[in-house]
Amino acid sequence: MHELSLEAIRSALARREFSALEITTHFLDRIARIDPRLNAFVTVDRETALAGARAADAALAAGTAGPLCGVPIAHKDIFCTDGMRTSCGSRMLGNFVPPYDATVVERLAAAGCVTLGKTNMDEFAMGSSNETSYYGPVRNPWDRERVPGGSSGGSAAAVAARLAPVATATDTGGSIRQPAALCGLTGIKPTYGRVSRHGMIAFASSLDQGGVLARSAADAALLLGAMAGFDPRDSTSIDAPVPDYCASLDADLAGLRIGVPKEYLDAGLHPGTERAVRAGLAELERLGARVREISLPHSPLSVPAYYVIAPAECSTNLARFDGVRYGYRCADPQDLFDMYARSRAEGFGDEVKRRILVGTYALSAGYYDAYYRKAQQIRRLIAQDFHAAFAEVDVIAGPASPSPAFRFGEKSTDPVTMYLEDIYTIAANLAGVPALSVPVGLVDGLPVGMQLIGRHLDEARILNVAHRFQQATDWHLRRPGGID
Amino acid sequence: MSISEEQLARVAELARIRLDEATVAEVTRRISDILAMIDQMSAVDTTGVEPMANPLDATQRLRADEVTETDRRERFLAIAPLSEDGLYLVPRVIE
Repeated sequence: MHELSLEAIRSALARREFSALEITTHFLDRIARIDPRLNAFVTVDRETALAGARAADAALAAGTAGPLCGVPIAHKDIFCTDGMRTSCGSRMLGNFVPPYDATVVERLAAAGCVTLGKTNMDEFAMGSSNETSYYGPVRNPWDRERVPGGSSGGSAAAVAARLAPVATATDTGGSIRQPAALCGLTGIKPTYGRVSRHGMIAFASSLDQGGVLARSAADAALLLGAMAGFDPRDSTSIDAPVPDYCASLDADLAGLRIGVPKEYLDAGLHPGTERAVRAGLAELERLGARVREISLPHSPLSVPAYYVIAPAECSTNLARFDGVRYGYRCADPQDLFDMYARSRAEGFGDEVKRRILVGTYALSAGYYDAYYRKAQQIRRLIAQDFHAAFAEVDVIAGPASPSPAFRFGEKSTDPVTMYLEDIYTIAANLAGVPALSVPVGLVDGLPVGMQLIGRHLDEARILNVAHRFQQATDWHLRRPGGID
Repeated sequence: MSISEEQLARVAELARIRLDEATVAEVTRRISDILAMIDQMSAVDTTGVEPMANPLDATQRLRADEVTETDRRERFLAIAPLSEDGLYLVPRVIE
């Protein structure tokens, strides 16, 4: 049951081969049995999930079922869930029970999805290994001595270990695509503004975007279609119709122009990753695409520009955590300043504090022009690179991460080393273009991801390319050993 | 560019984060490393380049100034660390 695609689950539920209660119970039992080894979930609410499943069965029987009725799902613990704790991987929100649902949660519930629980993540989505979570690191199902990637590492590990058929996730600098790559999944970060940010706890508001971690492009297309669309509650939501992503999955790739940025196949790339990505590109050529080298000349600047813009926005967004209205408050505050300063010192972990401090510094008087303004100018140069490239090619392809999954502690001691983990993914966030990672091979038994980047609002095309690739290959069907 | 311990103390005060004395040197060094990495930006001539705040160059959408939400005061106050008589409680500000 846990190997079924979303489409197979839907049709089995419609034909009453099993009930929503049965499949939900199946996944809850797997979580209870397997997750103690992985730590992918922060919260599992069995009673709420079972109640949701019973409601789904009633809707199926009554003929009022939504398009995803009875499909179990895990939500990244950054999406607010009404009545269910939402920690964002932080001690700061360890006791936070939101009084409302995120739009993403609301839409998927309306479509009939049954929430299994909330997945672990780097604290406030700041990290690339899941090691910054207050609730402990998530282990990679492919090798439990290695990281699952981050920040959506819990969602990735849960889907890879078949603890959930699919999961929501978010991506500010690579937090969907890099864990997808490291866990052998298909993960899509849509165009900035395509999926509502309402109720998605803010990290860097001009970069944050919700998306999907799934086992195939077809599953991702189905779920994204149910999540995406205009939301008046998100001031940067795009008011454009959502196409049927599933309808275009099978489109022919003949003549498709794919550009490979020479900057993405550089000296920093693991040779095994490079071999797998090159083999993936060759497969796309066999499918009819025309692959050529392109240049995104400013891409080496994406990491420095990002590490000004993201911390700057984080420093303002996280100012709301003050110990007054919700979240953690220190014991026995001496005065108001002491309450703020100690609640934040005790409630936030080291990486979050580091980014708040960098952001506060970059925005402070005398430094604004040299840092924030400069980074925003470079952001435009990076966006212009994409614009120029997309005049000549339809899709940009390359690696999703510099190497396969690394060991715990290997990069966490030095922040700058960890930041370079997102060297191939950050530019898409800065430019706001949609991008996904698709499994493209194994290196020493560990998955490798190939990134596909599309034009603004062209999610359908990159999902189409990913799907055709998955019709011709079986990398996405490989599963971690040691997890039954 | 690097940051001094004194500068860091000022920034931490602005950010309302108490720094543990024992870790100040370490935090200062890590943040200086990050600033050194960021300094790669200074090698690029950006004269005349318009800063980009929104990746789609979109501007803030406005809505009519009308009440659209229901009053959920009790529910919101219920999750506060400390409240009384419909108010958030904080340490005394004015003696």
